[in-house]
Amino acid sequence: MSKTAIELRGITKRFGSVVANHNVNLKVYKGEILSLLGENGSGKTTLMNMISGIYHPDEGEIFIDGKLAHIHSPHDAFNYKIGMIHQHFKLVDLFSAAENIVLGLEEKGKFNVRHVSERVAEISAKYGFDIDPNKKIYEMSVSEKQTVEIIKVLYRGADILILDEPTAVLTPQETKKLFDVLRRMRDDGKAIIIITHKLHEVLELSDKVVVLRHGEYVGTVNTAEANEHILTEMMVGKKVELNITRKAPVNPQDRLVVEHINCRNREGIKVLDDVSFVARSGEILGIAGIAGSGQRELLEAIAGLQKLEEGSILYYNPKTGEEENLRNKTPLQIRELGVRLSFVPEDRLGMGLVGNMGMVDNMMLRSYRKGNSIFLERSEPEKLAKQIIEELEVVTPDAETPVRRLSGGNVQKVLLGREIASSPTLLMAAYPVRGLDINSSYLIYDLLNEQKEKGVAVIFVGEDLDVLLDLCDRILVIGNGRITGVVDARTATKNEIGYLMTKTVYKEDANDAT
Amino acid sequence: MALHTILAFISAAIVQGTPLLFGATGEILTEKSGNLNLGIPGIMYIGGISGIVGGYLYEHFAETPIPILCVLISLLASLLGSTLMALIYSFLTVTLRSNQNVVGLALTTFGVGLGNFYGGSLLKFFGESGSISLLTTGNAYKTKIPFLSDHLGIFGETFLSFGFLVYVAIILALLAQWFLKHTRIGLNLRAVGENPATADAAGINVSLYKYLSTCIGGAIAGLGGLYFVMDYTTGAWTNNGFGDRGWLAIAIVIFALWRPRLAIFSSYVFGGLYIASVYIPGLSGSDKELIKMLPYLVTIAVLVFTSSRKKREHQPPQSLGLPYFREER
Repeated sequence: MSKTAIELRGITKRFGSVVANHNVNLKVYKGEILSLLGENGSGKTTLMNMISGIYHPDEGEIFIDGKLAHIHSPHDAFNYKIGMIHQHFKLVDLFSAAENIVLGLEEKGKFNVRHVSERVAEISAKYGFDIDPNKKIYEMSVSEKQTVEIIKVLYRGADILILDEPTAVLTPQETKKLFDVLRRMRDDGKAIIIITHKLHEVLELSDKVVVLRHGEYVGTVNTAEANEHILTEMMVGKKVELNITRKAPVNPQDRLVVEHINCRNREGIKVLDDVSFVARSGEILGIAGIAGSGQRELLEAIAGLQKLEEGSILYYNPKTGEEENLRNKTPLQIRELGVRLSFVPEDRLGMGLVGNMGMVDNMMLRSYRKGNSIFLERSEPEKLAKQIIEELEVVTPDAETPVRRLSGGNVQKVLLGREIASSPTLLMAAYPVRGLDINSSYLIYDLLNEQKEKGVAVIFVGEDLDVLLDLCDRILVIGNGRITGVVDARTATKNEIGYLMTKTVYKEDANDAT
Repeated sequence: MALHTILAFISAAIVQGTPLLFGATGEILTEKSGNLNLGIPGIMYIGGISGIVGGYLYEHFAETPIPILCVLISLLASLLGSTLMALIYSFLTVTLRSNQNVVGLALTTFGVGLGNFYGGSLLKFFGESGSISLLTTGNAYKTKIPFLSDHLGIFGETFLSFGFLVYVAIILALLAQWFLKHTRIGLNLRAVGENPATADAAGINVSLYKYLSTCIGGAIAGLGGLYFVMDYTTGAWTNNGFGDRGWLAIAIVIFALWRPRLAIFSSYVFGGLYIASVYIPGLSGSDKELIKMLPYLVTIAVLVFTSSRKKREHQPPQSLGLPYFREER
C-alpha cells in the first residue's frame, strides 16, 4: 500500500454563526485521485481553501506525509508542495504562458525565458500537455489557460494537486484530455483531489469519493463499490418536511412558452442549449440545478437582458389575450407587459436595488417615468415604501435609510415588495431566500404563494431541494444549460431531482469514439 | 547654411526633449505598477527647485564653490525633493487608497506653487535681491565631454556637446527598458500593474512594488526639472519657466506605448515640435501658436489609433488607476 499524502482529521470551520465545515475527515494516498462530491454550498471549496492556506480551520488537524502541518498562507501550502487550481484562473492576460509560470518565483540565476520554456516542455512531455510556452494568455482558450495553471503548480514542484471544478468550463473533448493528464499524474505518484458535482466524472476518474452535505462529512466510499444512486443519496440526503402550505393551481393557463432557445456567453460557450418549457398562471414553476447551469441566463433572456441565438419566448397577455414574442422586445417593453424579475445573484444589491439609496428612491426606480413635470413625484413612492414596511414587516429606521444598511432578509422584502406592488403577470425570483433566516424565508414563500393564488405565473429558482419540492407545483431541472427533466413536485423525490441535476447530456457523445 | 540650421534644430530638439525624457521614463516606471501619477508635472517642478535650493545654499555658504560638489549637492537635493513628493503620492494612493487622479492633480498644483514660492523668495530669505542665478553650478552641469565634443567635427558639435544629464536620460531610459523586459523584478512589476490580484497570489508584495516604482519613477522625473533649471537655463530660476513640459511628458508615455525605448525617440520628436516654430522662417505669431499645438494633436491621434487597433500590447497596464484591495473575508 502506498503512503498517505495528506490527511484531515476533524476539520471544523465557521464563518460567524454559519458552520461551513463540520468534523470533516479525509485521507488521500500518493498515487490516488479523490473526488470531493457535494451540492453547492456543501463546503467543498471552503475545505480545500483550508488545505491551500486561504483559510485556517477552527478545529482539527492537517497531516502531510504523516506529520502535523501548519498552513497559514498560500506560501506555506506551497512549501508543503500543495498546489491548488482555482475555478477562476489567476493569470496575467498580457504575459506569455512561460512568464505566468515563473511569476513571483525566487529562483536563482538570470531570468531566461528559454530556460523556462525548456522546463515547461519537459513537464508537458511527461504528462501529455499540449502548450506553447510563448503564447500569450489572452490568445488562449479556457482549456489552455487551465493547462497553464496546472503546469504552474507542477513547475513549483507540487505533489498534492487540488482542482476546483476543473471541468465546469471545458468541452467534453477537453475534459477527456484533462482526465488523461490527471491519470498520468496519478501514475507518477501525485495525490490529486478534484472538487466536482458531476457523478459520471466521479465514477470515471476517481479512486475514492468523499461526500459532503451542508458542511457535514457524510462518508467515504471506494469508487469501485459506488454507483450513481448510492452517491446521489449521500449527496442530497433524506427528505425534510417543511410544512409550506401549497394549494392546487386554479385554472392554470399557459402564460409563457419558451421554445428552443440558445444562448452563448462572452467566451463563446453555450450556456443555454435548446431550452423549451411552459410557465402557467396560478402555478409556481421551480427551477432546480447546480449553480451556473444557465439559470441566470434563462431568466435574463425572458427579461430581455440576454441576446439569444435562436428560439422564441412567447408571452400570452392575459389582458388582451394576444400572443407576443418577447425576444423582439426591449427590457422596458417587456416590463410594461407585466413581466417582473427579482434576481438575487451572489450579492443581493447587484441587480434591482441601489444600495446607497433609501427605500423611497428605490421605489422610484420603477416609477420615474410617471408624471408630467420635470420634478419628481415623491408622494406615491413614499406611500408605497411605507406600505411595504408595514405589510412585509421590514425592519428599517425609516424609508430613507440606505437599503445597503438593511439586513439581507429585509433587502429581499423591499425588492420583492416593489416588484409585487406593480401587479405582475409573471414573477421571476432567483434565489430569493439565499442567506435569509427561517422566518424571513417563510415570509417570502407566503408572498410567492399569495401571488400564485392571484393567478400570477411564478418562476422560482432555488437551491434547496426540500424547499423546491414543498413550494413548487412543477420543477424544471436544468443541467449544463439543457433541460434534463420536468417533474411534478408533489410526487417527485429528492433523489430523482438530484440525479437529473448531475446527469449530463452530451450532444457530442456521438463523436467520441472511446 | 541649411545643413547648419537642421543640425542646430536637432541639437535644440535634444535639449528640449531631455526634460521630457526624464519625465516620461519616470512616469512609465510608475504606471507599470498601476499607479497613474498625474503629479509628475509638480514633481518635476519640485525636482528643479530642490536642486536650486541645494545649489544655492552651497554656493552661498562656500567661499569658493567646487563645481563637482555643486553638482553632487544639487543633484542629491533634487532627488530627495522629488522622492518625497512621490512618497506622498504613494502613501495616499497605495496605503490610504485615495483616488489617484485627485491626488495626482493636487500634487501638481502643490508642486508648482511650492516651486514658485521658493523660487520667488529664496533670495529674500538671505537678504539678497534680484533673481536666482547659480552660474558655478549651472556651468558645472553644462560641462561638455572633453575630447569628443570638439574633435569630431560637426558630429561632435551636434551630438556630443551636451551636459552629462542628456546622456543620463538616455541611459536611464535604456536601463528601464531592459529592467522591465529582462529581469524577474521587472516581470513582477509588470504583473502588479496588469493584475495585482494574480501578483499577490504569486507571493509578490504588491504595495512594496507600487511604492518603490512610484518613488524611483518620481526621482527620475525630478531630474527633468533639475536638467531644465541647471543646464537649460544655466542655474537661473524663473517662475513658471518650466511651463507645461510635465504634461507633455505624460503625453509621451501614451505616445511611446509605455516603452522607455520608444520614449527616447518620442521625447526628441516632441522636443522638436515644441520649438519648431522658431526654426521655421516667416511664421506669424498665430501660426507659431498653432505649431505649438502639434505635440498634443499627435498624442490624440496616437490615442485614437492605438485604441482602435485594440492590440493588447499597446494598451495601458490593465489595472492603471485602480487601487488594489485584497479580497478578505
